[in-house]
Amino acid sequence: MTTAVFIGCSFIAFGPVLALCVCTIAAEPLSLVFLITGGFFWLVSLLLSSLVWFIAVQIGGSNNASVKKNFLIFGVVFSVLLQEVFRFAYYKLLKKANKGLMTVSQEETIPISVRQLSYVSGLGFGIMSGIFSLVNILTDSLGLGSAGIYGDSPQYFLSSAFMTLAIVPLHVFWGIVFFDACEKKKWWAPALVILSHLLVSGLTFLNPQYDGSLVPSYIIMMLMGTWAFFTAGGSLRNLKLCLMCRDKDFLLANQHPR
Amino acid sequence: FSSGFCWGNSVERKIYIPLNKTAPCVRLLNATHQIGCQSSMNGDTGVIHVVEKAQDLKWVLTDGPHPPYMVLLEGELFTRELMLQLKGSSRISGLAVAISKPSPAQGFSPGLKCPNDGFGVYSNDYGPQYAHCNWTVWNPLGNGLAYEDFSFPIFLLEDANETQVIKQCYQDHNLPQNGSVPEYPLCAMQLFAHMHAVTNTVTCMRRSSLQTAFSLNPEEVCDALSDYNVWSTLKPINASSKINPVDEVIIVATRIDSHSFFWNVAPGAESAVASFVTHLAAAEALHKVPDVQMLPRNIMFTFFQGETFDYIGSSRMVYDMKMDKFPIRLDNIHSFLELSQVALRNSSVLWVHTDPVSRRNESIQPQVETLVEALINSSVGANVTLQEVGQSQPLPPSSFQRFLRAKSIPGVVLADHRTSFQNRYYQSMYDTAENILMKYPEGLSPEETLDYVTDTAKSLAEVATVVARALYQLAGGTGNTSAIQADPRMVSRMLYGFLIKTNNSWFQSIIKQDLKGLLGDELPQHYIAVTSLVNTTQLVQYVLANLTGTVVNFTKEECLNPEKTPNPEKEMYVYTWVQGSRDPNSTSRVPFCVQSTVHLTKAASPAFELKQWGSTEYSTWTESRWKDIRARIFLIASKELEIITLVVGIAILILSLLATYFINAKAHVLFSSPGDGGTVAY
Repeated sequence: MTTAVFIGCSFIAFGPVLALCVCTIAAEPLSLVFLITGGFFWLVSLLLSSLVWFIAVQIGGSNNASVKKNFLIFGVVFSVLLQEVFRFAYYKLLKKANKGLMTVSQEETIPISVRQLSYVSGLGFGIMSGIFSLVNILTDSLGLGSAGIYGDSPQYFLSSAFMTLAIVPLHVFWGIVFFDACEKKKWWAPALVILSHLLVSGLTFLNPQYDGSLVPSYIIMMLMGTWAFFTAGGSLRNLKLCLMCRDKDFLLANQHPR
Repeated sequence: FSSGFCWGNSVERKIYIPLNKTAPCVRLLNATHQIGCQSSMNGDTGVIHVVEKAQDLKWVLTDGPHPPYMVLLEGELFTRELMLQLKGSSRISGLAVAISKPSPAQGFSPGLKCPNDGFGVYSNDYGPQYAHCNWTVWNPLGNGLAYEDFSFPIFLLEDANETQVIKQCYQDHNLPQNGSVPEYPLCAMQLFAHMHAVTNTVTCMRRSSLQTAFSLNPEEVCDALSDYNVWSTLKPINASSKINPVDEVIIVATRIDSHSFFWNVAPGAESAVASFVTHLAAAEALHKVPDVQMLPRNIMFTFFQGETFDYIGSSRMVYDMKMDKFPIRLDNIHSFLELSQVALRNSSVLWVHTDPVSRRNESIQPQVETLVEALINSSVGANVTLQEVGQSQPLPPSSFQRFLRAKSIPGVVLADHRTSFQNRYYQSMYDTAENILMKYPEGLSPEETLDYVTDTAKSLAEVATVVARALYQLAGGTGNTSAIQADPRMVSRMLYGFLIKTNNSWFQSIIKQDLKGLLGDELPQHYIAVTSLVNTTQLVQYVLANLTGTVVNFTKEECLNPEKTPNPEKEMYVYTWVQGSRDPNSTSRVPFCVQSTVHLTKAASPAFELKQWGSTEYSTWTESRWKDIRARIFLIASKELEIITLVVGIAILILSLLATYFINAKAHVLFSSPGDGGTVAY
């Protein structure tokens, strides 16, 4: 559908990501390193889960469309679980890395907080996930054709971009909630994260009824977003202060003598 | 998450439907012009419009609101008037022609009215009243479409199922509903056929030679049309030396190629295949006569390739004869007999054409009369009536004309037409087996069809019998000719092999072992092309070897390397190791060695040897090179939707930049819990 659609869809899907990277990650080298490593972890989880799916399909070996769909559902579920396992593994790795960094740098304070780490790792996961969902579709959006000759919706590119727009922040929010829960040993929270991840992935099977899959995904994103906001230390009071530009007074008032 | 398979990726398969069974129209160039079609570098796209009657064209040319259009044309409407209308319009981006089944009743010929004009013998110096078809128009149905230059791509849709898919897409999306404008998304077609050569042969050969001379990675832009002629002699001669100047040879000639508007679509049933099959049958009949090796004169059976394009094969052979590069010289030629189009005889009459200008010569005239008399004598008892056309009528387009350009030789051209062609589909895609009335009963297996003798085969066998008997007499034979008979079963097998399916059991048994790619299951095409040794040339070579050669008891080693065993006889023959027929019980074949006198000689225009690319004396036809030829259909969306997508994307980007900046600036406030102080490290 030509260059205009290509640029439009990439901006829709990766606009917030670009903004986040430019504003928060680009200036801090340590964050960048952890971002990329996070992306790598997601990639490995995808590789393993697709290997498992591929082997299952070869063993199953049927050309029936519904059997193929069942294999796909199995593949998606397995992949979601593996992604969360890798998120936990990354958390463990980061804890160890932090300890190591502390002994090496001989400083008293940890160079990067768990909260920042959770945000960065979630973003890494999200970026990789977004790229892999969308890059195939973006390359074909450069051509002249638009989907629909076999009966697909003509809004195929647009809805895929909007779906990715929901998935990337979702990964960030999941990351924040997950790491915080692991820190505080609240084991019901990761279970909820896994459940919501499964729900969002499952909703994509409702395509091409895009209102069935996009709208609930955005609702889940809002809910996870608020949960992550509160987990990260935000509160309604802070929000009100920010919006009414009374933050300077707040800071002054909060200065405790050291 | 989507599972991918071999073709493309799954997203691409959602969007495009490729059209696989198509034939493009490509660009050919000669010394002065370019003909054919051209597309843009990245293909031409247009909204599909189906034109089934002449009124539909108005939508495309003036009324339609979404130009440019890609026209899907029914074969019946593919006429010169319509094409000239399309050529002048800027609202057309391409054309797809659906082949018409059955063939158009009024005839269709994209060739010229006067084929090979200017390259035959008649010119302002020789028979000027006959030049440029002033006396007889040979192809009155010719509309010359194949010799026009189009600036948009034209494709042929060979498969009716694919045409139906396109029409279905058109009916679902592009049909104007009750006078209202059809809305996006619309069904569109994209044709890729970008040609690299431009202007004419002189320009493209100059550019190609510059590339080959100076570039490390030469990008040639065109190739000369060339292939090989097949020839064989009745009595073996040494092909590497010249024959005795006193020896006389009678040349029998046919052409083996054809052409049409589209690339590599050239069934050529009446214009080429029927003639060379008759020629092959006559050669077989002659070789069976017991005393042929003692005949005073030799007979050379010649199959010229490239005659459709200004006599490439015959002009090259005449050139080689003049330059002494061929074993036989022009002086050795006693007479010339050519078989032109012979399959559509009207009430079994076969017309004998001669050249009126050379007949004015007192030494040529009696020899021509002897020739005609021998032919008429041989037709007694056969179901063929030979009649001479008027003595003042010129020769039809034939290879004999090239020989006459070099030297006055007595000769005749046999044809089924007296004045203009009987063939109403001369050099078109409709010149198929149906055109020569080959009919098979229903329900036969391929093997049974191969052996079934059609009426066409019987009729061509009669012609072959007459030709063989006449040749025997002309060569000085004195025996009874009634035993010389062409075999209708063999003629029928050849017709099946060259017109319907080359991959049959007989062809499989007469070819070499490692040539699997030679035989195919689709309809055979007889276009000269630019690659050496097209399938037709090779098959004619093997069939001729099988029909006129003898089986010798050599081992594979001896057969493949005949020079190892010294024997003066061996230089006169060519040995081929063929794979033989399959045993009915086993799956292996019994190969054997065939000794024959079949040779190949290069059929490339002398203009390319002499580097005279602008020559008007020799053929200068070249074919352009190209990278990518394909066709596909898909839906296109409106420009508004594209712009909206772009604007939304930019808006989201700007919004998220602002929001992130804002949140980042206030992060220490937003994310601090009471009791934290201002020293939270971020």
